[in-house]
Amino acid sequence: MTDRTAVVVGGNRIPFARSHGAYRQASNIDMLTAAIDGLAARFGLSGHRVGEVVGGAVLKHSRDFNLTREAVLGSSLDPHTAACDLQQACATGLEATIYVSNKIRLGQLVDGIAGGADSVSDTPMSVSDGLRRALLAANAAKTLPARLAAISSIRPGHLVPDPPGITEPRTGLSMGEHQALTTSRWGIGRTEQDEVALASHQNLARAWGEGFFDDLVTPYLGVTKDQGVRVDTTLEKLGALKPVFGRGEGATMTAGNSTGFFDGAAVTYLADADYAAEHHLPALARIVDVEVAAGDYTLGGEDLLLAPTYAIPRLLERNHLLWQDFDYYEIHEAFAATVLATLAALNDEAYCRSTLGLSGALGEIDRSRLNVNGSSLAAGHPFAATGGRIVPALAKLLHQRGTVDGRPARGIVSICAAGGQGAVAILEAC
Amino acid sequence: MPKKRFDPLEALATTPLAKAVASSSIGKSVATKLGVPPSVELRRGRNNPGGAISLAELNNSTLTRRTLQLLGLFTINPVIDTPDARTLGEAGRPVPPGYEGRLGALVLDLTELRAVTDLEYVRGVLRPAIRALERSGRIIFVARTPETFDELEPRVLAQGLDGLNRTVAKELRGGATSNLVWVDPETTPQALASTLRFLLEGRSAYVDGQSWRVGAAEVADDVATSVRPYAGTIVAVTGAARGIGAAIARTFARDGATVVGVDIPASGEALARVVNEIHGTALQLDITLPDAGERIAAHVAERYGEDARLYAIIHNAGITRDRMLANLDEKGWAAVLDVNLAAQLRMNASLLDGRAGGLADGGSIVGISSTSGIAGNKGQANYATSKAAIAGLVRAMAPRLADRRITINAVGPGFIETEMTAAIPYLQRQIFQRSNSLAQGGKPVDVAETIAYLADPASAAVTGQVVRVCGQALVGQ
Repeated sequence: MTDRTAVVVGGNRIPFARSHGAYRQASNIDMLTAAIDGLAARFGLSGHRVGEVVGGAVLKHSRDFNLTREAVLGSSLDPHTAACDLQQACATGLEATIYVSNKIRLGQLVDGIAGGADSVSDTPMSVSDGLRRALLAANAAKTLPARLAAISSIRPGHLVPDPPGITEPRTGLSMGEHQALTTSRWGIGRTEQDEVALASHQNLARAWGEGFFDDLVTPYLGVTKDQGVRVDTTLEKLGALKPVFGRGEGATMTAGNSTGFFDGAAVTYLADADYAAEHHLPALARIVDVEVAAGDYTLGGEDLLLAPTYAIPRLLERNHLLWQDFDYYEIHEAFAATVLATLAALNDEAYCRSTLGLSGALGEIDRSRLNVNGSSLAAGHPFAATGGRIVPALAKLLHQRGTVDGRPARGIVSICAAGGQGAVAILEAC
Repeated sequence: MPKKRFDPLEALATTPLAKAVASSSIGKSVATKLGVPPSVELRRGRNNPGGAISLAELNNSTLTRRTLQLLGLFTINPVIDTPDARTLGEAGRPVPPGYEGRLGALVLDLTELRAVTDLEYVRGVLRPAIRALERSGRIIFVARTPETFDELEPRVLAQGLDGLNRTVAKELRGGATSNLVWVDPETTPQALASTLRFLLEGRSAYVDGQSWRVGAAEVADDVATSVRPYAGTIVAVTGAARGIGAAIARTFARDGATVVGVDIPASGEALARVVNEIHGTALQLDITLPDAGERIAAHVAERYGEDARLYAIIHNAGITRDRMLANLDEKGWAAVLDVNLAAQLRMNASLLDGRAGGLADGGSIVGISSTSGIAGNKGQANYATSKAAIAGLVRAMAPRLADRRITINAVGPGFIETEMTAAIPYLQRQIFQRSNSLAQGGKPVDVAETIAYLADPASAAVTGQVVRVCGQALVGQ
């Protein structure tokens, strides 16, 4: 085993589209294939055997057990390219990046693609447990009477299909309802949430206008830009929206400061640094270190979406860095309040001491370095695709920045996920 | 058999009135031009004529013979129509001598044409050949560039061949073409080989009635005869996502090039499909950006190494914003001029300044002019201006790039069947398609093949030329 350097070569995604819209006929496989093909075109990978392609989807059909491999076979990559499916809710894309970069660092891969796709439009639905058990029993029955008995156990209520769970199975609360608890616990106000949303739209619109995404996005099915971005939104417009999560005075979360449902796919191309140099592949940023964490949101009453606050201090300590030592912060905007609560928690003396077991608060960060080219509130959040949206864009930003005070520009990605989980990664400019 | 479509032209042509009109001489010409006989499928690709190649040499000229030998092509002697050679046919009419079987091509080496009396030989070899020429057969004139003569008679005779060639092209049937190649006294067989091969092969299917010049340049034997001339080279094609651009990308890839496909970001999906198919790379780029040339060079240097250079840039990207001048505002005017002309000037300047990933010495630039630019076209003031300027650009830049052995040429497509032209109303499209000597529209690959011939390292002696790919359109030169 060797200790190699894993670098981000680049990435590609399709524009994120509102659900039940332009991509309503596209499956996760279709979208992931398109994302891979756009990447192949950008880097000349058509016919090339990539070491491994790793990806997944959160809303996944059971028939898509080999989603990523199927996407590879449908793409222009060499069919000898191996693939692996992986799933960690909204952190799927980033976890895939971690998987590939670790294999590269261990010398097991010279290059690999990490990503994910999600379609709310093509949501899988399953039959109810009652119907499923009856059908399985009927199938297993050896005699006609036994089969009839099994089938006769079906009740009308069993015939209603089960859509995928949008609530946490252990609490029965939706993610928005969980975040509403966190929002109110941390006293996050309506205006500051709307300001985060406004900045997200303005930053994303500016980045599109500057052509920042020209080498990060390939159009798909006639969609050429992210459909979520609202160029003309204002604080007044955002302020006029009715709250959708929370109750009474504490109800501050609206459709404007929460992510909606989107379809999309995104991939990141990673390679061993030496391999990249030998093969004329750009090295935008190196994966420095990563950390995943989970919070006890069931019995422990912790915040569902603040798991990154556990991962970040551990990652900082291991890398001898301060929370202020980053030039860019990419904190996934599940909700505007998630970002604000994460920042508030890491600046809270009591939380950092008692919950995180630190000697004190991590402090504040320079907000002008946060999500500088927009994030999920504007771009949309097709769950498993978000990691592949953020990582290449951050790597490109870092590479453009080059060095800061004589050291490579440094960035951090933080993505919260269902199940009280979170994944965080540090990248450094090459 | 493809299902027969209702053809309004044919329906019109079969009415009694139309038949009466068609029996008049003007009517006949119109009916023929409108292609009432269905158009033939043209021979395409790297395929030689099926029949024999007849070589007619005037006054002991040898350039063409040596060129065809270099290409490994066998030739037969021409059949010559003289009064003595004629036989008496039915009803006592004299019949000119004929070839045995169908003739693939007649190549006339007229580089030693000196006197008006020499023209009788030209008529004598043309008459039997035209009668015997196979479908998609070829007549190729090789003559001295008029300006290279000091004496009056040879000079005006060479010019006269231009009219002869254009007439032969109009008289030929069945997809056969006639073209004229001007050569200099210094032109070698190696320098001429790529042009003769192109004209003989199916690659020149839709080039008809044209004349252009092959000058002098050093070309090695193996370069002159290569059928995979772009192996190991990098070629950038703008507007590569669809239509003619996609065909250009595919043609260069077929001949060995690594293709950098460039198109606007909004066309990225189609662009990715094309470059993945040909194992190239995609660059999503708006060529009207001030630094577009720099970005293309940077892409080449980044993807293919600091030492990598572009062998060729094909400026295919172009737009139309058709409006009569009476209705044309500054936006519609400027947009077309910027994409079709100004962007090309800027990109050339960047790619020629010696930067990493820029154009290599010995490389090639090909632009796209147009029939509209050559003949003018109602409603296309902006487009015609830009396209005529491209023709001017290649003529002006050719001598300036000569010391770096960079060639610059343009093609002038006529009516080419693409997604864009498919949107033209049916009747109008039929008229456009058939208003040329081949009585059909060209295919994107026809333009692509001509560009690939012009950019070929073996075509080093071809520069500053505009070659029309129009089936000898009725409009323009």
